[in-house]
Amino acid sequence: MRAETLLNLSLPALLLATALIAHWLDEPYIITLATRAAILALAAVGLNLALGLGGLVSLGHAAFFGIGGYAMGILAFHAQTFTPLWGLIEGTKSMPVIWLVAVVAAALAALVIGALSLRTSGVYFIMITLAFGQMLFYFAISWPTYGGEDGLSIYLRNDFPGVNTLLPLNYFLICFSLLAVVLVLFDRLAKSPFGLALQAARQTPARAEAVGLTPYRLRLVAFVISGAITGLAGALFADLNRFVSPNMLSWHMSGELIILIVLGGLARLSGPVAGAMLFITLEYFLEGLSTYWHVYLGAILLGVVLFARGGLIGLVAGREVAHD
Amino acid sequence: MTEVLLETRAICKRFGALQASKEVSLSLRAGEIHALIGPNGAGKSTLIAQISGALAPDSGSVIFEGRDITRLPTPARAKAGLARTFQISALAMEFTVLQNVVLGTLGARGGVYRFFGNVMRDKALLDRAEDALDQVGLSEFRNFVTAELSHGQRRQLEVAVALSLQPRVFVMDEPMAGLGAEGSHRLTGFLDGLRQRAPILLVEHDMDAVFALADRISVLVYGEVIATGTAAEIRANPEVREAYLGEEDAA
Repeated sequence: MRAETLLNLSLPALLLATALIAHWLDEPYIITLATRAAILALAAVGLNLALGLGGLVSLGHAAFFGIGGYAMGILAFHAQTFTPLWGLIEGTKSMPVIWLVAVVAAALAALVIGALSLRTSGVYFIMITLAFGQMLFYFAISWPTYGGEDGLSIYLRNDFPGVNTLLPLNYFLICFSLLAVVLVLFDRLAKSPFGLALQAARQTPARAEAVGLTPYRLRLVAFVISGAITGLAGALFADLNRFVSPNMLSWHMSGELIILIVLGGLARLSGPVAGAMLFITLEYFLEGLSTYWHVYLGAILLGVVLFARGGLIGLVAGREVAHD
Repeated sequence: MTEVLLETRAICKRFGALQASKEVSLSLRAGEIHALIGPNGAGKSTLIAQISGALAPDSGSVIFEGRDITRLPTPARAKAGLARTFQISALAMEFTVLQNVVLGTLGARGGVYRFFGNVMRDKALLDRAEDALDQVGLSEFRNFVTAELSHGQRRQLEVAVALSLQPRVFVMDEPMAGLGAEGSHRLTGFLDGLRQRAPILLVEHDMDAVFALADRISVLVYGEVIATGTAAEIRANPEVREAYLGEEDAA
């Protein structure tokens, strides 16, 4: 078995084992951390599709993360206050419904943002996605109905048919399963005809056009799928914290997702998983040392960018061999 | 007279004070190799860009199989059957050799928006891609990462990708560039047979190849076609000798 295949299987296994052992040792906080890692990994898998496969440096993916979060917050808010949204739509506490709304809302936002920003490239693309993200951030801050700057709290975690979601391990397993599904989808997509065309459009757009492909359209489709996945992660994240605030929409969040991917390995299937696990681990051990633990994160990131371009996955599995 | 497949009609293109194309009218007939030669800066690449769709002419038109394609974007022209090769290889360097060619067969076949199914296990695409690699003699390198190929092999791969499109017309921008005597000789032999399948508009600096291959030659100087004719006619043309070949004769 190739080293990378082994990593692709063992990293999620490690995450799962951590949660199970924590459950056995009765350490709910560790389970929560593992859940956070799974959700951040999920959000980063979404971004990895645009950033890694498509080469689209989006500094606005917090927008989709936050939209997913607010989709959960708004629906649950109307359910717990028994006030229909716009006097028409009942709120809901059902996770599958919330996920669906989060995915669709994030996909639609990605369609609009992508359609406009993908007309540019390079620095301009980065700036436009950043601008869209910040627009949504300030919009959320100035919207008092849903808490404005203070954010919006949900009393109880939402429901999943047949599962007690209040148990930390159960909620972890829900998030972990979704991560696993999305990882499989990412893998299939990277090897699919669409994946080949998208990666060609990143490496050599002129060639892509010369064989009859339209890079803009390929990138837009990738951007929409990417936004939808990150939106799903946003809904899970808000549900984990039972809280959604404009912070989910801030550009720090976008930056954090990029950092996760670069740490783990750009365009690699398990890059986001490795990155998120490392990030949460560092946070856990370094936060005790200093409130400013990000200094150490910065140093590690610098090391990876300078000496290990393929991130953690690249360090262990070596240079990527082509998909076969 | 044989059928004209590709034609430019009085194409003009200006960049500020520079007239890059001046009333350029060319035609490419079925079964022929039509070479386009001219000194550096004569506007050959600009002309290729207008034929392939990367640039829009200020005036004039590009006709492909009787259809005006002047306003058609590059991907649509490729789908219509116009395959170009690049002067500076524009290959996906991280892909394997085979993936680069499969990209071509995928583009030609369509069905790009499929998100499942391993494209490198698609028998129909693979067969055509392997066939194209076989023709240029790159089969044994199919699993090499493209970045590892030598310059000459990249030039061969350029041609293989164009072949994989199974086009109606080839537009080749200096396929021999940097190939060396032997490689250039081999490619010359290959292009010689290729013209039966689809005619080639060939931009080339290698004069030996041009005079060996071309059914007709057009000479571009300062954006203008100063002569079109057979190799013998071009050799004998005093204007061409003065503008272009003259320097070589004097040497």
